[in-house]
Amino acid sequence: MEKILEVKNLCVSFKTHNGVVKAIRGVSFDLFKGETLAIVGESGSGKSVTTKVLMGILAKNGIIEEGEVLFDNKDLTKITKKEISNIKGKDIAIIFQDPMTSLNPTMTVGYQIAESIIEHQGLTKNEAKSKAMELIKLVGINQSEKRYKQYPHQLSGGMRQRIVIAIALACNPRILIADEPTTALDVTIQAQILDLIKELQEKIGLSIIFITHDLGVVANVADRVAVMYAGKIVEFGTAEEIFFDPRHPYTWGLLASVPDLNSEINKLYAIPGAPPNLLYPPKGDAFALRSDFALKVDLEEEPPFFKVTDTHYAATWLLHENAPKVEMPEILKVRIESMKKEVSQYDY
Amino acid sequence: MFKYIRNRLIISIVTLLVILSVLFLLLDLMPGSPFNDEKLSEDQKGMLYAKYNLDKPLHIRYFTYMKNVIFKGDFGESYTIQKNVPVSTLLKDRLPISIRLGIQSLLVGALIGVLFGSVAAINKNSGWDTFTTVFSVLGISVPSYVFALGLSYFLGYKIHLFPFTYDIYKPLESSVLPTIALSMFVIATVARFMRTELVEVLGSEYILLAEAKGLKTRKVLIKHSIRNALIPVITVLGPITVSLLTGSLVIERIFGIPGLGDLLVTAISVNDFNVVISIAFFYSMFYIAMMLIIDVLYGVIDPRIRVAKGEQNG
Repeated sequence: MEKILEVKNLCVSFKTHNGVVKAIRGVSFDLFKGETLAIVGESGSGKSVTTKVLMGILAKNGIIEEGEVLFDNKDLTKITKKEISNIKGKDIAIIFQDPMTSLNPTMTVGYQIAESIIEHQGLTKNEAKSKAMELIKLVGINQSEKRYKQYPHQLSGGMRQRIVIAIALACNPRILIADEPTTALDVTIQAQILDLIKELQEKIGLSIIFITHDLGVVANVADRVAVMYAGKIVEFGTAEEIFFDPRHPYTWGLLASVPDLNSEINKLYAIPGAPPNLLYPPKGDAFALRSDFALKVDLEEEPPFFKVTDTHYAATWLLHENAPKVEMPEILKVRIESMKKEVSQYDY
Repeated sequence: MFKYIRNRLIISIVTLLVILSVLFLLLDLMPGSPFNDEKLSEDQKGMLYAKYNLDKPLHIRYFTYMKNVIFKGDFGESYTIQKNVPVSTLLKDRLPISIRLGIQSLLVGALIGVLFGSVAAINKNSGWDTFTTVFSVLGISVPSYVFALGLSYFLGYKIHLFPFTYDIYKPLESSVLPTIALSMFVIATVARFMRTELVEVLGSEYILLAEAKGLKTRKVLIKHSIRNALIPVITVLGPITVSLLTGSLVIERIFGIPGLGDLLVTAISVNDFNVVISIAFFYSMFYIAMMLIIDVLYGVIDPRIRVAKGEQNG
C-alpha cells in the first residue's frame, strides 16, 4: 500500500507558566492511502496536539522539538508558513469536535465553504458559490440555495457538522483529519455523521486520521488503530488485532472500561489512578504505576516496540521473551468473546 | 428591520417628551430666579415675571411650554445671557462647533482605540500589550481636564504647536488639542474592550478552522476576527458618548470653545432656565439617537441579532 503521510519520532512540548510540558514524546506512525487510522487515548494523551502539528496550527507556545512529518516528500515541520498554508485546507483538511463553535457566527455557512475554494483554487466568487452548493448537497443537506445564505445559528448541530465536513472537502483533500467529530453530537446524529464520513471516503478515496476516545466509534470506522498514552503510541495494529488480541495493559484497561450491556457484572471497570503529569514525564513505562501487570523493569526503562505480527506492535515489557507469561484479565476475555460473536453475526 | 426602526423611533419620541417634562419640573424646583440684579426693585422684578409669564401657576406654564415646543419647535427665549433672543438662535451657532468636536473625538478615539486594542491582542503579552494596558488605565482614570491642561501648556503654550484657545476662523487647527484631550478616554475604553474581545475571538475554534483552511493571516484577522470582536465594542460607544458630553462641559471651558457645553455651564450659573432645558434636551436627543444608531449597527454587523429582530417584529 502507498504511504501518504509519515510521522517520525515527533516530540512536541508546550511552554507554560509552570514549566515545559512534554505533550508528545516521540510519536511515529504511517498513514496509507485510502485507509482510516484511528488514534485513541484519553484526554491529554496528545491526540489532538499531533493533528495540530500536521495542520500547522499548533498554539504559539508549542514547540516542535524533534521529528519529521513527511508529506509529498516535504517535511511539514520545516517548511515555511506560506508553503504550509498552501497545503492545509487543500491537501490536508480537518474537522473539529464541536460544530457549535467551529463555524464563524457572523458569516454565512455558504461563504465559509466558498472561502476555502476561492483561496486555493483561484475561482471567482460565483464559481466558488456554485461549487459550495454542490458540496452542501454532497454532505446531505437539502435546499442548498437557501442553506448557502444561512448563518450557523440557524442550523442544527448535525447540519453544522455537515457544513464543517463540506468545508473540509472543499478542495478535494487527500487527507482528512477528524478530531473527535462526533463527540459533541447526539447519538443518532453521530451515526449519521459517521456514515457520511465513510460514504465520502469511498466516493473520494480519502485517507482519514480519526481522533477519538470513543472505542465504539473506532470499531465502526477504523482500519488501523493506534493507542496513545501520555504522549506516546503504546500499541498499534489493525482494528481486529487491537480489539481481539490487545497486548498492552493500557489497551486492556481501555477495552475493559467500555460499558457493556450484555455483561452480568454491574460495576463499570475503570483504570485506577490518573495519567502522569507531563511536566515531569515518568521514567520507564508511563503506565506502570496504574498497571496491575507492571514489572520491575517498567519503572526503570522505557519498553521498545515488540512485534506481535507484521502489522501489530506493542510497547510493553510483557512481550519480552524473558518476561513472565501474563494473560489479559478475565473480564476482558469474556468481553472479547462476546464482541467476536457479535461481529460473526454481521459478517456472513 | 424597517418596522423595528419605526418602533424604536416612536419609543424615542416618547422618551424625549418625558425627559423634557422632567427637565422642566426639575428646573422649576431650582432655587433662585433668572433676575438677580441687585438694582432691580420688587416692582421691576414683578414686571419681568409678568413679561415672561413666570407669574402664572406651574401647570399653565408647563402646558404652554410643552405646546410651544411640540407644535412650534419654540424653546422660548433667553432671560439673561442674551436677553429676549430665542434659544434656537442662541444655539444655532454653537451647535455645529460642539457636534464637530464630539464627532471628531469619537471617531479619532474609536479608530485609534480599535487599532491599539487589536495590536495588543494580536501580540498578547508583548511590550505593546503592556503599553496598551498602562495607557488604558491612565486614560480611564485620569480626568480629561488634566490632559487638557497638560496639552495646552506643553503643546500650546510652550512649543506653540497648536493654538491653546479656540479660534473660530481656524476650526480644524484649534480643535486638535481639545479633540486629543476628549478622545483619551475613548481610546482607553475602546482599546481595553477591543483587546479583551479580540483575545477571546482569536482563541476560538472557528479561528483555528479558518487557519486550517489555509487562509492568509491577514484574511483571518480582518474577515473573521476583528469584525466579530467589534460587535461588543460597539455597545460601549453609548456610555462613551455620555462621557464625551460631560467631558465637553469642562473641555470647552478650558479651551474657550463657544460650544454648547460652555453655554450650558454659563446658563446654569445665571438661572437661564430655557437655555438649560434646551441644551439638556439636546444632549438627551443626541444620546438617544446614538443608542438607536448603535442598535441598528449591531443588527447590521451581527446576523444573530438581525434575525431575532426580524422574527420579533414581522
